[in-house]
Amino acid sequence: MKSHAEIDFRTRLQDWLPKLVLAPSFAVTLLFVYGFIIFTVVLSFTGSKMLPLYTFVGLENYRKLWALEHWHTALVNIAIFASLYIVICTIVGLALAIFLDQKIRGEGVLRPIYLYPMALSFIVTGTAWKWFLDPGIGLERAMHLWGWESFSFTWIKDSNMAIYTIVIAAVWQTSGFVMAMFLAGLRGIDNEILKAAQIDGATSFQLYRRIVIPLLRPAFLSAFVILSHLAIKSYDLVIALTGGGPGRATELPATFMYSYTFTRNQMGIGASSAVMMLMAIAAIMIPYLYSELKEKA
Amino acid sequence: MMSAASQETAVSTGRIARTFIYLVLLLFSLYYLLPLYVMVVNSVKPLSEITGGNMMALPQTFTLEPWASAWSTAQIGVEPTGLKPYFINSILMVVPAVAISTILGALNGYVLTKWRFKYDGIVFGLLLFSCFIPFQIVLIPMAVVLGKLGIAGSVSGLVLVHVVYGIGFTTLYYRNYYAAFPTELVRAAMIDGAGFFRIFWRILLPVSGPITVVSVIWQFTNIWNDFLFGVSFGGTRQPMTVALNNLVQSSTGVKEYNVHFAGAILAALPTLLVYIVAGRYFVRGLMAGSVKG
Repeated sequence: MKSHAEIDFRTRLQDWLPKLVLAPSFAVTLLFVYGFIIFTVVLSFTGSKMLPLYTFVGLENYRKLWALEHWHTALVNIAIFASLYIVICTIVGLALAIFLDQKIRGEGVLRPIYLYPMALSFIVTGTAWKWFLDPGIGLERAMHLWGWESFSFTWIKDSNMAIYTIVIAAVWQTSGFVMAMFLAGLRGIDNEILKAAQIDGATSFQLYRRIVIPLLRPAFLSAFVILSHLAIKSYDLVIALTGGGPGRATELPATFMYSYTFTRNQMGIGASSAVMMLMAIAAIMIPYLYSELKEKA
Repeated sequence: MMSAASQETAVSTGRIARTFIYLVLLLFSLYYLLPLYVMVVNSVKPLSEITGGNMMALPQTFTLEPWASAWSTAQIGVEPTGLKPYFINSILMVVPAVAISTILGALNGYVLTKWRFKYDGIVFGLLLFSCFIPFQIVLIPMAVVLGKLGIAGSVSGLVLVHVVYGIGFTTLYYRNYYAAFPTELVRAAMIDGAGFFRIFWRILLPVSGPITVVSVIWQFTNIWNDFLFGVSFGGTRQPMTVALNNLVQSSTGVKEYNVHFAGAILAALPTLLVYIVAGRYFVRGLMAGSVKG
């Protein structure tokens, strides 16, 4: 027979064990995520240059940031890139999912072809598209050699058009993943509803517009959240594909933050741009996560 | 019959519509395959066939020279080391980072669903939001802290970074998965006197296969493909992605496109292999998790 004290100790240990197991992850997250966010916010109010300094300058960095031509370029670019990327990925993903859902022969072959780009690094994607779109050796030259002499595709070298080459490569990388999300949504729809509507004489087009697409609302929402989050974080693809160029034509907030912080030694401004990025993502993610958690509770 | 067909849509389409659908599907498979074709074909050509020929054409002279060069002799930055040492850096980084973050995620998910306590929702909410922060917000403090810890520019520094920012996702996956597991079974085991770890080991772990596949693939691809942390904190132990970028962006000497393509395939190979072997389980597991919620 065990002593009373020993049993007491063991049950108390069992009570504490779950919290002890969770504690390291929680502590690390508090420090490395939330502590670091506070650190960066603090730095954004200081005159830090190459190294962190604690001379407070109020909103000076934000004033400078918003006065920079360079930051405006980055914002215009992210607006163009994010909207095209989200809209095109959603349309392509939805169309492919609906088409694949028509009892297609060879679906098992097509699906992995659409999906494999998501396994690749943006640096690999960037490298492939960089040379493929290069007018000197890639697509344009191939067309010329095949006899289409007037063919011209020089977007990647054109500062007005280069941002669209990033859209092309980014859509290539992620649209298959969006397709998989919609396909899962489509396969989850009860066929009885569709059959009933067909008996009532609805055409395929009406069926999709009036019944199927509204039922896919959760998939649309997840796709939007994932794509906007990926768009704001986009860094590697730009670095590999255009390096932010030609000139500064494809600068995005993520590349802006990196170059101001680590190569131009304007850490205060870099930190303030990072804070702007966090605020943009928080504005999208917090309502979404909040509603998701509410629904499940 | 019915059950086999129930996966498919009940909508029927005409012959013209079907031809159109097949056409679109085939065109898109060309779009997705084209860059892969370009990479593979040009990685086995001599450079003169690319600069003096057609990038879309099949090789006239087949050579593995670009692959050998990309692997062991190409100029990366200032050193003619090829990508090999960086490939090893990536392996040394990815294996422990994936293992540690997955184990922690499984334990966290277990606690958050089967050993609930006051305010566990807030703990989970904080972990969850950490998945979605733009990493730019932690770059500067991380550089400072890694410096203070003396692990800046080392593989262990990168492992730490990837574990820290991977826990959120792995916890999310396991939590959602374990939430669907009947809590009564855990209660029954508790009444029988099984402890915290015994219940995890004997009851939850044996059914965790599908979600472990999801977690491992997710972490493996994300960490292997990471560029931002690698370029910021890699120092002399940079991962494969950073080395590939240095190889391709190098501004000195002749641009060896064939070597760049071979290097790109080398960088893509591990994640592609994982995807080919286990991709179907990944999508299935991911969708099962997100649909159930």
